[in-house]
Amino acid sequence: MSPVLADVLLVAALIGALALVHRPLGDYMAAVYSAKKHLRVERWIYRSVGADPDTEMRWPAYLRGVLAFSAVSVLFLYLLQRVQDRLPLSLGFKPISPDQAFNTAVSFVSNTNWQSYSGETAMSHVTQTAGLAVQNFVSAAVGIAVAVALVRGFARSRTGDLGNFWADLVRGTVRILIPVSVIAALLLIAAGAIQNFGDIHTVTTLTGDKQAISPGAVASQEAIKDVGTNGGGFFNANSAHPFENPNGFTNLLEIFLLLVIPFSLPRTFGKMVGNVRQGYAIVAAMGIIWFAGVVAVTWIEYAHPGTASQLAGGSMEGKEQRFGEGPSSLFAVSTTMTSTGSVNSFHDSYQGLSGGVLLLGMMLGEIAPGGVGSGLYGMLVMALIAVFLAGLMVGRTPEYLGKKIGTREIKLAACHILVTPALVLIGTAVAMALPDGRGAMTNIGAHGFSEVLYAYTSASNNNGSAFAGFGADTTFFNTTLGLCMALGRFLPMVFVLALAGSLAEQKPVPATAGTLRTEKPLFTGLLVGAIMIITGLTFFPALALGPLAEGLAA
Amino acid sequence: MNNSVVNTGRMLWAALRMLLVLTVVTGILYPLMVTGIGRLAFHDQANGSIVEVDGKEVGSKLIGQSWNIKGTDKPDPKWFQGRPSHSGYDPLATGSSQLGADDPALVKAVAAAKKQVAEFNHVPESAVPKDAVTGSASAIDPDISPAYARIQVQRVAEANGLSVAQVEKLVREHTQGRTAGFLGEPRVNVLELNIALRELAEH
Repeated sequence: MSPVLADVLLVAALIGALALVHRPLGDYMAAVYSAKKHLRVERWIYRSVGADPDTEMRWPAYLRGVLAFSAVSVLFLYLLQRVQDRLPLSLGFKPISPDQAFNTAVSFVSNTNWQSYSGETAMSHVTQTAGLAVQNFVSAAVGIAVAVALVRGFARSRTGDLGNFWADLVRGTVRILIPVSVIAALLLIAAGAIQNFGDIHTVTTLTGDKQAISPGAVASQEAIKDVGTNGGGFFNANSAHPFENPNGFTNLLEIFLLLVIPFSLPRTFGKMVGNVRQGYAIVAAMGIIWFAGVVAVTWIEYAHPGTASQLAGGSMEGKEQRFGEGPSSLFAVSTTMTSTGSVNSFHDSYQGLSGGVLLLGMMLGEIAPGGVGSGLYGMLVMALIAVFLAGLMVGRTPEYLGKKIGTREIKLAACHILVTPALVLIGTAVAMALPDGRGAMTNIGAHGFSEVLYAYTSASNNNGSAFAGFGADTTFFNTTLGLCMALGRFLPMVFVLALAGSLAEQKPVPATAGTLRTEKPLFTGLLVGAIMIITGLTFFPALALGPLAEGLAA
Repeated sequence: MNNSVVNTGRMLWAALRMLLVLTVVTGILYPLMVTGIGRLAFHDQANGSIVEVDGKEVGSKLIGQSWNIKGTDKPDPKWFQGRPSHSGYDPLATGSSQLGADDPALVKAVAAAKKQVAEFNHVPESAVPKDAVTGSASAIDPDISPAYARIQVQRVAEANGLSVAQVEKLVREHTQGRTAGFLGEPRVNVLELNIALRELAEH
């Protein structure tokens, strides 16, 4: 079988699996967040915490819950890293330095999972499982909770109530993320991923050399790393490490896992607003952009125009033999268009233009399909912008799902889409203006600039992947990238929740002949166009200096 | 003012308790459960797919190794060689070169690798496949392409006093196709191939 045919079948299998699962999973998630009853284990959790899961919260209260929980999480994770040497199962690793511990804590709490450390020689068993893996769950659950709150804003009328944050957090963790992760983790172990709490294991090879085999609760962390679109690798090589991603089957499984919730949430959205076709219009826009990215990167990687790749006969630098160019490209696009950031090959060594597509995937705001929760609310904000643009064209007050998009709504949406471009462009500009930027580059010329641009893009959009030649472990980058991650995660959430509150207060306006039909393909096209134009105008100059200059020079 | 301080304090206290409870559930119960079931059902995989020869552990099926002459950085002609590794196959330093596709340093490295592989295996440079001259992502890639295995057959056979046909057969037996026909790339696991080679050479 030719590699291209195998890739076509791989993508077809992936899309088929997603199509099959999105409906039951989307409906299930809608039921989870609409249920009146609590499970026994949930009641036990609420009791031990002292939270009342049935109190409705207005948006400021919901936001306070999100921020309080996240602030406490950052502090806890920071302290855990600082004292890991004094806890059991430390593997002899030293405490993490203050700036790196801050960076890592923000990184995992903000669902970014940017890593300026090497997992196999830095983080103890306790830090990995009771610190990092916990945030893999709860940061994902927070993302879904905020998305659900926004959906409730559309679904509800004449109330400011958006649900209960504690209940949404616990339900997302207990009823969605844990069950999916358990199944996924066991499949991964069966296929070869490791799962143990042993010590570093030294063997004597046939040549007489010693080799140290790493231990770890890898499969359990790998599962939630993908399901929760987190992306923080147990090992430095992330999903390129054979213990995290042993073969072609696990590769497909992991890509499926990181896409499954983001691509199913539009169904949840459609179900909760009472019109599943609205969800399909959204998922279609996500799917079109994702698919275009997959085709572009796969094609460029096979064409391998780079000088070194031409000499080698293919784009295999930084890729694993068991994956090859095609499955690596599929993973790379899926991880940058969600907020995952795990990698099965190193993006720094991709062809110049492929790197540009990967950057663009993040610059779009990771909405195709985006991170768990954050993808849906990001896309819904873009839908409001698209509706607003259409309204300007025909001179009508725009509406979406029966809610008027007035001054307040459009201001909030506009603030939302300005946050990450501001962080990315200002962050990159500052780093380039200071000696720190140049000092961090492994590569020279345009590609060196791309490394810095990629770092700020990845951090601000909460992706977490890197052009990993970038030397991120300095006080300057740990601090500035940490701030980008925190602001890039929580400022948009403020605007989203404020938006949800204001939408929920409105009374719905009836649809008339003049209403834009937002469940039709025409709207999907308008949405994709609006996304490309807004992002393109914002980032084109930066892309021209980096990947475009590099790719066109080749 | 006082009221809002009290409220904020109460909120943070609730948040902390929630975090601790969820830490127990997702950070302790979840991994222990997965570890428990995983070790019972898939003991070998959970422990790293360790391979034994004559009762002694010689590595993991999934982790690539260096096949250099001991104590040197020279490849040993009697073994099948793996892909270039950024860390010399040290599993505690995984990662890759991170050099861009047009980088002059990478061009130099590829050219040097191509020359070395061609001379080492007595084949023309045009016969050297891409995986033989490019560093893997993990630095511990356990596999090579079937093409890279094939160009090593002659040299390995000579160094071990075996016939080319015997070694060719070995390579064929250890060539794995795509999983289920379409997942991943065809490949040869170097450690397993070399273990089989050693057995053949000793008997």
